Amino acid sequence: MADPMRIRATEQSDGVDVRVLMSHEMETGQRRDSAGNLVPAHYISNVTVTHNGKQVLGAEWGPAVAKNPYLQFKFKGGKKGEKLTVTWVDNKGDTRTDEATIN
Amino acid sequence: MKQKRREFVKLTGVFALMASAGLVPEQAFAQQQARNKAFEAKTLDETVKALGGSTAVQSGDIVITAPDIAENGAVVPVAVASKIPNTQNIYILVEKNLNSLSAGFGIPAGTEANVATRVKMAQTSNVHAVVKADNKFYVATKEVKVTLGGCGG
Repeated sequence: MADPMRIRATEQSDGVDVRVLMSHEMETGQRRDSAGNLVPAHYISNVTVTHNGKQVLGAEWGPAVAKNPYLQFKFKGGKKGEKLTVTWVDNKGDTRTDEATIN
Repeated sequence: MKQKRREFVKLTGVFALMASAGLVPEQAFAQQQARNKAFEAKTLDETVKALGGSTAVQSGDIVITAPDIAENGAVVPVAVASKIPNTQNIYILVEKNLNSLSAGFGIPAGTEANVATRVKMAQTSNVHAVVKADNKFYVATKEVKVTLGGCGG
């Protein structure tokens, strides 16, 4: 199981600013190890962010997103104290969901 | 060789059967196919086609925020903001990576068409931001110089 994500959601005058830092290898499948064998691709392929049951962002990623991916966006309609859920799925089927409170 | 072909035919047959029997949700299957195609495309035009468009129109309403010179190609911060109304999707493409498409974002109503992430770049290349709005495609381009590549090692 992967390490927890770091999620920061802050309410601002023009919406809720969300910053997420995920912990993931993001292997491209093009790198070789010291023995010359290809390291198989292992990357986050889908990310969804939901607030009050409504999806506020969806992302589809390829292996070219940097290691330990960072994501930032802003949405309207969120208030202080409400919960935000971030879920990712990688190409091997691993998944992780974390929750954060807007402040 | 013939054996293999037989197996392949059998497999595809089974899969088609499953799809027609509703065992594999057809739409999800089609979506997955489209997704793979888009991520496997090698050029901007190919990617736009795989995403369901024909061509992307140059637009000044898309702003790419990325460094002019990235010291480390493994971590290049890229932000894309679109002022085009009804922006549905934002895609980040790196022209000279093995596969252009790096990331795609779906923007539901109420979410600002402004996302930031970090991508890997193999070498100095143009970064394209493709925006889908009202089912039309728009593109903006910015060159990022990379002094140390991020793919391989």
